[in-house]
Amino acid sequence: MSDHAADDTVPEVDESRRKFLIAATAATGAVGAVLTAVPFVASWKPSESARAAGLPTEIDLSRLEPGQMITSFWRKQQIYVVRRTPDMLASLPSHDGELKDPESKDSDQPAYARNAQRALRAEVLVLIGTCTHLGCLPKQRFTPNDATVMAHWPGGFFCPCHGSKFDLAGRVFKGSPASVNLRIPPYSFPSADKLVIGVDPVAEKGAA
Amino acid sequence: MSAVIEGKGGFRTWLNKRLPVDQFVEDQLTGYYAPKNFNIWYFFGSLALLMFVLQIVTGIFVTMHFKPGWESAWPSLQVMVREVPYMWLIQGLHVVGASFFFIVVYLHMARAFLYGSYKAPREVLWVIGMLIYLALMAEAFMGYVLPNGNMSFWGAQVIINLFGTIPGIGPDLVEWIRGDYGIGDALLNRFFSLHVVALPLVLLLLIGLHLVALRQVGSNNPDGIEIKEKLGKDGKPLDGIPFHPYYTLKDIVGVGLFLTVFAIVVFFMPTFFGLFQESPNFEPASLVSTPDHIKPVWYFTAYYAILRAIPDQRLGALLMALAVAAFMFMPWLDRGKNKSIRYRGIASKLLLAMFFISFLLLMWLGLQPAEPLYVFMARVCTVTYFAFFILLPFVSKADSNGPVPERVIYHAH
Repeated sequence: MSDHAADDTVPEVDESRRKFLIAATAATGAVGAVLTAVPFVASWKPSESARAAGLPTEIDLSRLEPGQMITSFWRKQQIYVVRRTPDMLASLPSHDGELKDPESKDSDQPAYARNAQRALRAEVLVLIGTCTHLGCLPKQRFTPNDATVMAHWPGGFFCPCHGSKFDLAGRVFKGSPASVNLRIPPYSFPSADKLVIGVDPVAEKGAA
Repeated sequence: MSAVIEGKGGFRTWLNKRLPVDQFVEDQLTGYYAPKNFNIWYFFGSLALLMFVLQIVTGIFVTMHFKPGWESAWPSLQVMVREVPYMWLIQGLHVVGASFFFIVVYLHMARAFLYGSYKAPREVLWVIGMLIYLALMAEAFMGYVLPNGNMSFWGAQVIINLFGTIPGIGPDLVEWIRGDYGIGDALLNRFFSLHVVALPLVLLLLIGLHLVALRQVGSNNPDGIEIKEKLGKDGKPLDGIPFHPYYTLKDIVGVGLFLTVFAIVVFFMPTFFGLFQESPNFEPASLVSTPDHIKPVWYFTAYYAILRAIPDQRLGALLMALAVAAFMFMPWLDRGKNKSIRYRGIASKLLLAMFFISFLLLMWLGLQPAEPLYVFMARVCTVTYFAFFILLPFVSKADSNGPVPERVIYHAH
């Protein structure tokens, strides 16, 4: 190294050393690129204020008559609340054979709503009013035998967008584009006439 | 190097030594030889470029008045088209322009199906073109969502929920795309950013690559013959003519005719019977009322009809994606010896006709309500649509490939 001018022989290239250096540089660069992408990707997640706006919602049930439905909002989704009549409840087991998921095995609901009525309290049906197919609002078609929906219609919900049909427990009928039952949000009853969406029942109440 | 560059003196020489302007013009236009037998189908490439420029220019002006956001988008649009001088026209050009862009692109793609323009050596040209089509679909969808009309909102709801059908990550992915539990400011603002900045840049890059690839392999033609294989004594293709002045001038005629039709629609039928602008989108987004009949704009309805025809959401979304992705594989699915449909047998012609009819019928069915008869028809068309891609490798190979002429067929006018 003392005399550059005299040294005109090209030193032999150490191929394995060069390969290692190229691979190491590329790998370090790739790791850096992925780490740099993290803040950009993470910036698309819901903001703190969006999360705060997703807090629980209270609904007053005192003026909800049997057979009626009221709607509310929770996390920008419509919540359907139906006070089912004894007739409505009695109709539920009659058409299990026509449903895709009669026992709600593949559907999304809290454990306390995974029963025959899909409810914490049998007469109160609480659903997220978003079609599990692609997110339209299913419309109420509570009148039984409404031939415009289908033959032997037991009453329920009909999605106008793509024709999915659900019964009065939000369970999806065969032949619908939706594959699973309407979702049920976490909810509880802090008092007899009060419903809270977004809060699970405390353990002793939730035993149902 | 052209003589101009080596010539003496002058600003032009000075400039060309620093920026190869003349060289570029020669490479891209005057020295680029295109087949002399182009027919009407060959207008749509340059018209697509024209529509891109028009969308960029009108888009720049629409952006000057538009305020993205859940509360602000709709009112700003009303002020723009009712109160700002001539913005009714510029915004109208932008909205109607989106539909015309797709008309031109679909005809451009149909041309490739007719004359086998995707076949070797133009596979990469075709794949880049398909990437442009995908980026254009994303661009159009986001643009449609921005005004936050009621069809914008519910259309976005449906399309974004499609991502929720992806196993495992679906629900988290949807929340990430929206940046919220539902559609709101977060989504509308990121769509604005993507629609106005990111996707136009992507499109610009892809269109540039499309043109570079085209210059490399040269244009196909209605006879599907490679003109580079028959060179004259000067080394130029015998059946080629310089792009400029011959095709630049011819394209100007196409532009004139096209803009006449475009202007008639913009001025006299801007909603085009509810197809280019749908009536529910003339009211602002409402969380509590779904339009009775949700449907996308006409250029997406073929895929939408497939989605709706399948009684399983995951499979429906998958088939919808496959219906678009299948185009990508055309260069390898078509194993015919001859490119152009002119020199293929009757089976290939019938198969292609079946595909065109299926696509157009699906397009129409996607605009109809989800009634049993229409759903049934959509199922039949979905089968014939995919049958085209499945049968193509066998039919194109087995079908009698008629003799191809030595030179392109050309009649002087």
